[in-house]
Amino acid sequence: MSVLVAEGLRKRFGANEAVAGVSLAVEPGEMLALIGPNGAGKSTCFNMLGGQLRPDEGAVRLGGQDVTGMAPRHLAHLGVGRTFQITASFASMTVRENVQTALLAQKRQAWRFWQAADAQHVGLAEGLLARVGMASQAERPAGVLAYGDLKRLELAMALAGDPVLLLMDEPTAGMAPAERAALMALVRGIARDQGVAVLFTEHDMDVVFGQADRVLVLDRGRLIAQGTPEAVRADPRVRAVYLGTAA
Amino acid sequence: MDLIFLQLLTGLAGASTLFLVAAGLTVIFGVTRVVNFSHGSLYMLGAFIAWSLLSRLPREPDYFVLGVLGAAVATAVIGAVLEVVLLRRIYRAPELLQLLATFGVVLVVQDVALWVWGPVDLSLPRPRWLRGAVEIAGLRFPFYDLVLIVVGPAVLGGLLLLFHRTRWGLLVRAATQDRDMVAALGVDQRVLFTSVFALGAGLAGLGGALALPQGSANLNMDLSVIAEAFVVVVVGGMGSLGGAFLAALLIGVLQAFGIALVPKITLVLVFLVMAAVLVVRPHGLLGKPQAMARGEVEALAPIRPAGPALQVLGLVALLAAILAPFVAGPYLLSVLTEAAVAVLFAASLHVMMGPGGMASFGHAAWFGVGAYAAAFAAKGLGAGMAVGLLLAPFAAGALALLVGAFVVRMSGVYLAMLTLAFAQIAWAVAFQWVEVTGGDNGVLGVWPDGWAADKPTMYWLALLLCVGGALVLRRALFAPFGFALRATRDSALRAEAIGLDAHRLRLAAFVLAGAGAGLSGAVFAYAKGSVFPTYMAIPHSVDALVTVLLGGVQTMAGPVVGAVTFTVLQSWLLMGDFWRIKLGLLIIALVLAFPTGIAGAASAVWDRWRGRAA
Amino acid sequence: MPVSRRTLLAAGAATVAAPGLLRAQSTSAPIRIGEINSYTAIPAFTLPYRMGWQLAVEQVNAAGGVLGRKLEVISHDDAGKPQDAVRLAGALLDETKVDVLAGGFLSNVGLAMSDVAKQRKRLFVASEPLTDALVWEQGHRYCYRLRPSTYMQVAMMVDDAVKLGAKRWVTVSPNYEYGQSLVKWFKLLMQQRQPGIEFVAEQWPALGRIDAGATVAALAQARPDAIFNGTFGPDLTNFVRQGNTRGLFEKRGVVSVLTGEPEYLEPLGDETPEGWIVTGWPVESVTDASNAGFIAAYRAKFGEMPKMGSVVGHATITAIAAGIAKSGSVDTEAMADGFKGAKFPTPFGEAYWRAQDNQGTLGTYVGRTAVKGGKGVMVDWRYADGASAMPTDEEVRKLRPV
Repeated sequence: MSVLVAEGLRKRFGANEAVAGVSLAVEPGEMLALIGPNGAGKSTCFNMLGGQLRPDEGAVRLGGQDVTGMAPRHLAHLGVGRTFQITASFASMTVRENVQTALLAQKRQAWRFWQAADAQHVGLAEGLLARVGMASQAERPAGVLAYGDLKRLELAMALAGDPVLLLMDEPTAGMAPAERAALMALVRGIARDQGVAVLFTEHDMDVVFGQADRVLVLDRGRLIAQGTPEAVRADPRVRAVYLGTAA
Repeated sequence: MDLIFLQLLTGLAGASTLFLVAAGLTVIFGVTRVVNFSHGSLYMLGAFIAWSLLSRLPREPDYFVLGVLGAAVATAVIGAVLEVVLLRRIYRAPELLQLLATFGVVLVVQDVALWVWGPVDLSLPRPRWLRGAVEIAGLRFPFYDLVLIVVGPAVLGGLLLLFHRTRWGLLVRAATQDRDMVAALGVDQRVLFTSVFALGAGLAGLGGALALPQGSANLNMDLSVIAEAFVVVVVGGMGSLGGAFLAALLIGVLQAFGIALVPKITLVLVFLVMAAVLVVRPHGLLGKPQAMARGEVEALAPIRPAGPALQVLGLVALLAAILAPFVAGPYLLSVLTEAAVAVLFAASLHVMMGPGGMASFGHAAWFGVGAYAAAFAAKGLGAGMAVGLLLAPFAAGALALLVGAFVVRMSGVYLAMLTLAFAQIAWAVAFQWVEVTGGDNGVLGVWPDGWAADKPTMYWLALLLCVGGALVLRRALFAPFGFALRATRDSALRAEAIGLDAHRLRLAAFVLAGAGAGLSGAVFAYAKGSVFPTYMAIPHSVDALVTVLLGGVQTMAGPVVGAVTFTVLQSWLLMGDFWRIKLGLLIIALVLAFPTGIAGAASAVWDRWRGRAA
Repeated sequence: MPVSRRTLLAAGAATVAAPGLLRAQSTSAPIRIGEINSYTAIPAFTLPYRMGWQLAVEQVNAAGGVLGRKLEVISHDDAGKPQDAVRLAGALLDETKVDVLAGGFLSNVGLAMSDVAKQRKRLFVASEPLTDALVWEQGHRYCYRLRPSTYMQVAMMVDDAVKLGAKRWVTVSPNYEYGQSLVKWFKLLMQQRQPGIEFVAEQWPALGRIDAGATVAALAQARPDAIFNGTFGPDLTNFVRQGNTRGLFEKRGVVSVLTGEPEYLEPLGDETPEGWIVTGWPVESVTDASNAGFIAAYRAKFGEMPKMGSVVGHATITAIAAGIAKSGSVDTEAMADGFKGAKFPTPFGEAYWRAQDNQGTLGTYVGRTAVKGGKGVMVDWRYADGASAMPTDEEVRKLRPV
């Protein structure tokens, strides 16, 4: 069964229809890339799937459950992990505390007022950090991390809830090319090993065609192509969108 | 009908006066992000300077205009000096620290004005043309009020031209959007900020000078105008001139009709308007969501639990506090009792202000509710002290829950101002509901039970409850709740994405802060034996802010250090003369020397020292 | 003019900053009076008040002191906050070991200090606070109050108010206990004396923040025959200016509390409305020996005319001195009994402490306002003795539960 199914999503901002009827499905263990030129509606689409925006029409189902318009924090508890285009971490905490906080939140232990938080789930947090290659930086303040490290920290926090689905908005933006491949290989490994479904948007075509199992192409709010990377790369409509009508 | 028209004109004249004061405040905030608490002082200086000039000039209209403009220019110069000497040095510090510095300025100006102009209200003898009236619908309407009705929109027009038709205005507007961009253009930001501050100060001076013919220059003008000026700015939307004008119109006209219909509404009307507007429009009438000032998030250093050295220091201090009654005299003991109360009061504000990221301008409300709850237990129920002390945090917490539901949806200065509005409404209830609260005469005879009547016992009790309460709050901040709360402050987006309910966490912090303040208020009530509306008035809320900022918002020891420092300093200075100028200068010096608060500076020194030793 | 103000402040600062100066003059231990007032919050009244008590201390000590001991005043600023006054009162009792507490301008500060006195069983002499509660509802044996209360201030003017023969009245008074209790007494006393009287509108401006235009317009709208005013200070100046320009006071009787006091009359200047019935002090035209002697001594010492505050400050000291002399001791219980009935000189003539409610009988002047030489003055005045402006002893017993 598909992990995530979206049917006929529509979102309108004033006169502009940002997303005009998008349907998609992500399977367990699958790496699905959502691409398209600027303004194609990727972020809007993503935010509707991630609960930040409520669709005007259409439905989103997670493991068969209708989650249309559900708030991000409820989605988080249903197993949706999220990373953002502009990284968001907790600057006043260390790297380890960031992950501990995510673990506490996912385990619904945030409303405890007495025991010391930094003694909770230490092993789990360190395990997660080791998986994303951040173990050596566990005691550094999150506010001083390099950009690529922040992306990895975000991934560790997204994994804290044992997600069934990872939503990653531009996971490699701002990283060096070598780092990008490494991070996405890591994600790919996690998807394979644990059957986590991954939906990501990406600008870097090397990353998309190198890591995705399937690619969806969005243009002016509509899906214009989908299929294997090879098929999409060969699709004339996609080439037209990316290279202009002259092609 | 005619009466309604006349009342409308009266409202418009009032609106113009309000707008003139608020315009400068909103201009300054829009560009420099400084919450200028000393704006009322500049307004007062404008009135006094205008009196000095106009009482020496011939009493003709052209000289009047000259004198008023002269006062405005002089105030602008004072503003420029203030910016260069003081504010420029702390633009990089946390936003609210500037508020603390300008609070110091308020204190200094009060004593300086008393020294220069003396204690007597100074009124300007009005020449005939200023006393004149025009006949409107068979009723007399002051000519000068008509002048004011014209001056308000004229100043608005002039400012809009200045901002939209000159290069300077363009740069200022650009700076409002993005400071760093303007710097990148090669414009000297410092000159821009100084000129903006001078313009704002000049507008305050103009407002004060124009208010002079309607009454007098007096030493209460600063504080009587500042709250309303802030209300106008916030209702309009901070930084929005048009919004300030609309807000002034709204408040001016509502005031004119409101007091005719409900005469006793005078104390709260503007705050009711503000609360109503902010609940419906969280960024004021024409305000936009504040862009996060750059460098703000990065400025947050990680908060760590106390190291062994600090823990030892804390234990020693606590031990010294416990043993104090064996050496301290009764007066020092009563000061220390107040310091203990201040510790919990500050620590509770710190919960919402530091880890919660919600500064409050109305924290005294919860202190007051707690104090009145204790008074009610003692006088209304005739119950013992234990009942009062138990009732207080629950009463304050319950009210905080009610108010917090509106407040925690907001952020920044708007949030702070909404807390101020609710605090003022609470204050007005205490002030005016004479049958229950005794009005401003307060509730007397709230003395502790016999076993705690002697000073050392009461002190130990205060120490136990207040320092104990502060430690419990501290414990919660290092518990999962505190981490989750800090998470919502650092990144609300991320916090939601990992499954945290930011709204409820913030609300919980607000309630916890309220309950803590409520308990401190009850202890204070028993220690003082009486409860007054002044406990929940604006100055007391300012005390709480000053205490936390002085100690340092981003350290856990900050509120404790700030509370003890401020209480001891203030009670010591109050014993001597000219305490306001001394306290004001001291606050300014502390802000300049320790922009991260005393505890913040101490921990930085400690880290550096350890770094070198390692 | 600014020069004289500066000397005024300097004089105040110097003496208070150096109480040791007074102490050094005395051979035996001085009697200590701990004084607290709102020096920074209400300077217009309290700075002349301070000069008044300084003069009195000097005079009493020059005449040999009390019980053979000099008087010494240790004075503090309460910043207008009752909670600070309570702490300072503690400091004065415990550290400075004063024999008597005195002072207060704001009613709530006075009540807070009175409550401390009650709790600690120490004597407190309230100088200025006007609230009736101080000697009635909240009265107790350790608290004495010098000035005429709100009730007395109103009672002193009711005769003249009734003579106006006005039927439709409006009231304007500051929105706090003082203003509320003024209006309450005025309505009550007028309704007793003049059946059929109507109160058709009321205005309650916030203290220090009057919206004078709207207030005047709202009062005019009620078309009253007469106006009762309780505002004072900056609010009064704003109110009078709007009222003058809008013609509110024309052909209308006005009864106005405290307006004749020099500190409030002076800022009105040539805009002082004529013919208002006011309480105050006609400092320019009193010529009797005690007034003239006080004014001359005050001018000689400070180089300017005294204000009402000066009178209150002066009388506070003489009243305490007389009380102690009659008690024959500074033991609190002895003084709490001994003050009753003690007679003391004031600039307005002799007064005494009433035995039934510890209220001083210092009166005030009732007259009408006028403009002379561009300044506001009181004319057609008479001295209203505090003793004659009190309810019957029967009523006082009901009002004072102790």
